[in-house]
Amino acid sequence: MDSSYPVNASHKSLLEEVNQASGETIQNCYQCQKCAAGCPVNFAMDILPNQVFRHIQYGHRDKVLSSKTIWLCASCHACSTRCPNSIDIAKVMDTLRSISNRSGLAAGEKDISLFHRFFLKLIRFTGRTWEPGFGLYKLQTGGLPGMMGWAMKLFFKGKIPIFPTFKGGKDLKRIFKESEREGVL
Amino acid sequence: MKELSYFPGCSLEGTSREFDESVRGVMAQLDTRLHELPDWSCCGATSAHCIDERLAIELPARNLAIAERSDRDLLVPCASCYSRFKAAEHEVRDNGKKTSFPYKGEVAIRFALDYLSDPAVMAEVSKRIIRPLKGLKTVCYYGCLPTRPPKLTGIKDYENPQHMDRLVEQLGAEVIPWSYKTDCCGASLMVTRPDVFIKLVGKILSKAKETGAEAVVVGCSMCQMNLDTRQEDVEADLGRRLDLPILYFTELLGLAMGHPDVKKWFKRHFKDPLPLLSAKGLM
Repeated sequence: MDSSYPVNASHKSLLEEVNQASGETIQNCYQCQKCAAGCPVNFAMDILPNQVFRHIQYGHRDKVLSSKTIWLCASCHACSTRCPNSIDIAKVMDTLRSISNRSGLAAGEKDISLFHRFFLKLIRFTGRTWEPGFGLYKLQTGGLPGMMGWAMKLFFKGKIPIFPTFKGGKDLKRIFKESEREGVL
Repeated sequence: MKELSYFPGCSLEGTSREFDESVRGVMAQLDTRLHELPDWSCCGATSAHCIDERLAIELPARNLAIAERSDRDLLVPCASCYSRFKAAEHEVRDNGKKTSFPYKGEVAIRFALDYLSDPAVMAEVSKRIIRPLKGLKTVCYYGCLPTRPPKLTGIKDYENPQHMDRLVEQLGAEVIPWSYKTDCCGASLMVTRPDVFIKLVGKILSKAKETGAEAVVVGCSMCQMNLDTRQEDVEADLGRRLDLPILYFTELLGLAMGHPDVKKWFKRHFKDPLPLLSAKGLM
């Protein structure tokens, strides 16, 4: 039971919080399960997308925000495109990841959540994606040796730049400041 | 001569270099001059919109504001950059979101696949075809972001898109209809959950193979990287060889129009397309 977390710090139910942050209306879901049926990652999820919606309606904050599902969503938009009630489900998943990331609750997929923060921190300094930087992520989460053969082959095909480019300096520093202050990263 | 602004995006400087090279090559053949945006930066990709709604708008807006310094349309080959740019455009233009950059939502954002498959541009291509791709059996794989969400991409037949099929057919190749053209390759899980990712790519590649296609044509840099450079892992997972070259539509345009660098582009692939293309008499 999640009864100890029926509301957030500003006394909003999870339903109110998600509706407001996403601009969508979660109550419009009538559990047709079209989102779950067409989801390419459904086999790896702990709760299906339609179940996420029902849990939000019931205010099961922990269940939703600690689920693997919200991080496994690949943002392919098949669900949003097909929802008969025009709910932008992929956008709701973004909202849930964002709330989960700020909530202090342990993420259901710790490594995926870490990856997004890692990716953004990398951009903050290099301005453009710099593939060797992901090696540091894999070093932290394990699995670096398994990727080395592939990475070396990419390198010899001329597809991995040795040095980062450093673009957008001042602008990026400025726009990332707020996110750093809010503890998003 | 036509002129366009150009945002290559990070992957086109790295894992998708042959996409950048072939886009530039083909546009030059079509007498279109590309002006790369000065000091462009990452669009924020999947990570920004996943955890930071504000950065998800600010990062694209920075680049779009640079593009708005000229009157030219902006050509974007990467589906992820294109999707993030269209999302930022929608938020600023239709939802009145403010950004800290002087972006007004006015620059026309053109996805390379949409731009080059436009009938007017294809008419220009047709005049320049010197080597029709006769006998090459292909399937066209669109992936997710080139068509979805349709409210951003404007693609009407998003469940069974046809524009890449028409383009490849016009180049003379055979295009086989199939049911997996808009399934997701799981790009965002490639680094973090390779076990899940490999199943998604495996389904797409084995279904492509089942159609009898000899190559898969793509319009997205992440789709190409995943289907090509991870194909060996998929083969290990499935326990059988697939040997499917994964070709950018721009590489096929260059091949059909006789671009001199085609071989150089193909050399960057993991699954070498040269034996297939030589056997067809196309190289």
